[in-house]
Amino acid sequence: MSQQAPLRLVLGEEEFLVERAVRQVLDDARSAEPAAELSRVLAAETTPPELVELVSPSLFAEARVVVVEGAQKAGQEIADALLSYAREPADGIVLVVVHSGGGQAKAAKALPAALRKAGAEVIECAKVTRPSDRDAFVRNEVRRAGGKADARGVAALIDAVGNDLRELAAAAAQLVADADGRVDEAAVRRYHRGRAEVTGFVVAEKAIIGDVPAALESLRWAMQMGVPHVLVADALADAVRTVARVAGAGRSDPNRLAGELGLPPWKVRKALSQSRGWQPAGLAEAMGVVADVNADVKGAAADAGYALEHAVLRLARARRKT
Amino acid sequence: MTAPVNDPVIGAVWADVVGQPDAVETLTAATRSAAALIDGSGDASGMTHAWLFTGPPGSGRTVAARAFAATLQCTTDGIGCGQCRGCRTTFAGTHADVRVVVPEGLSISVAEMRALVQLAARRPASGRWQVVIIADADRLTEGAANALLKAVEEPPARTVFLLCAPSDHPDDVSVTIRSRCRTINLRTPSAESIAEVLQRRDGIEAELATWAASVSGGHVGRARRLATDDAARDRRASVLRIPLGLRRFADVFDCADALVKAAETDAAEVSKERDEAELDALRTAMGAGGTGKGTAAATRGAKGAEKELERRQKSRATRTQRDVLDLALVDLAGFYRDVLVTRSGSPAVLNHPDHAGQSASAAESWSPESTLARLEAVLACREALELNVKPRIAVEAMVTRLYRPM
Repeated sequence: MSQQAPLRLVLGEEEFLVERAVRQVLDDARSAEPAAELSRVLAAETTPPELVELVSPSLFAEARVVVVEGAQKAGQEIADALLSYAREPADGIVLVVVHSGGGQAKAAKALPAALRKAGAEVIECAKVTRPSDRDAFVRNEVRRAGGKADARGVAALIDAVGNDLRELAAAAAQLVADADGRVDEAAVRRYHRGRAEVTGFVVAEKAIIGDVPAALESLRWAMQMGVPHVLVADALADAVRTVARVAGAGRSDPNRLAGELGLPPWKVRKALSQSRGWQPAGLAEAMGVVADVNADVKGAAADAGYALEHAVLRLARARRKT
Repeated sequence: MTAPVNDPVIGAVWADVVGQPDAVETLTAATRSAAALIDGSGDASGMTHAWLFTGPPGSGRTVAARAFAATLQCTTDGIGCGQCRGCRTTFAGTHADVRVVVPEGLSISVAEMRALVQLAARRPASGRWQVVIIADADRLTEGAANALLKAVEEPPARTVFLLCAPSDHPDDVSVTIRSRCRTINLRTPSAESIAEVLQRRDGIEAELATWAASVSGGHVGRARRLATDDAARDRRASVLRIPLGLRRFADVFDCADALVKAAETDAAEVSKERDEAELDALRTAMGAGGTGKGTAAATRGAKGAEKELERRQKSRATRTQRDVLDLALVDLAGFYRDVLVTRSGSPAVLNHPDHAGQSASAAESWSPESTLARLEAVLACREALELNVKPRIAVEAMVTRLYRPM
């Protein structure tokens, strides 16, 4: 009999973390009972009788791990079956419900809360979107692999590998093995060259502070990697309007400003520093520029790539305007 | 000048076609020829197989097309009595030989048109005319227009196509289709005739009807909305507060936000009312909610249909959002036009007579050039929205230019 919780809810959309959580549960079960058996079913394709059969205790009470995947697409009957099992879990069986957190049908949407109430142990696997969270993830990965990383090393690694957690985890483990556990900037540079990922936001960040050469360079990188033109145009627009809103609101405490404008504080702080050097007239012109380029990348211009480069140059000109 | 209801020559169905005596006369003459054609006593002069109704929004293109369809299907006097089965079923949208295409989404697809062309090729069940009305023919995609063209080019003997579009400009209707249609030009109805029809048809009291007609810019439907819907009145008032309400740069974002939010709320309301119900109906039709073996497989097969429906609903939401924004932008443009009119001292009728005070004070403080630049900004924003620019970005850029015309 295993000591682990008989009911797990893996909640979130980050595929890599979900997979890892499921593997962890299986490993735990196997460490207690090496013959533990794993069965995976898709919630949308299974029927209540099949599910009941899977989670029924067997004669010899062998350990078993049952993974119900895609629970966000479960129908009413499957949801009911899961919940009724959750109330009286059988000995030796670990039921893992994998749920994205979303879901369209009511039964599927309500499932996580109901399982939580039924005493399920929740493993959160939310998508990692904030840069600081990603830093923390990489640092954790390095520690897991038995190494140590400094802040610059982490930043360099993300810069070089990109945002995909699976690749970051693999790269971190590899680096720890290669660099004898010390992951710093030099080590990263030795194994990774060039730039893995350029998003529209990188272009926008450079363009908004008037760094034309860097903005054009990252724009070319982005185009080479196949970043859609529309995303770059949207990022430019977002940068300009954030700076315009922050600048228009006048200088005050960033935290209070964040509440007023409905923006996260880190974004306000960034926009405040970016707004240096911008005059109202230039910002007004820049708003027009990003609106124009938004139409251009959606078919108004003959060449969307040129339209973006032109927009970057026009933004720089607008910034110099007083 | 509404067509009098008891006029013996003009049918009662024309009562709602506001202020268009010329068009009504032409169409009534056509109906007579059509009737003669059916009983074999006349030739085809005066009647034709394809008509293009053009006119500014709100002038009643679809209403006119529907009235014309009713007169064609009228079984008593052949000029649209408004009482017989033919007239009533046409107006109720249940006549077997009248098909109305009203696009809810952003465009009319070629698949839709091909299906319609097939239907149009049938003989009329009632023995009179097979009528196809395409409201918003300007939303035909290029492919759809070409599919329609084949039918309009070689029409079956008893089929009539009635297309409605803002103008016969090639941007709206392709030249190949236009050249095969007879054009009926509707003009902007006068404020008096709109006020009259509001009082007669919708039972709105005289004062409110006159006000609504005077601020509607000749749009009958809009006048009715303003006269009957408090929310529409509030929204118009808040839009017209924008020009003089822009005092600080920060106001730009508040105003733009209000405009975009209003449009989004409207679209969300429409979706809330209809999307879920439609999706449920489709799911039930595709076998969802059933129990037993095989139901899961059936539901899987329904995914494609659900996706298609969701795509259509999304297109409808986008269109609602754009339509609401467009109304606001037209109101704004009208205000800047009023400022120019006031400044020039012209006696032309104002678009917003109830805001004459504001437009006069604006006329004093703004130069004509800057007013014109603001008007241009509003019109540029309408164009940008048509080009699929994100509403928020387009509107913010516009309000920025309203605040600080270049």
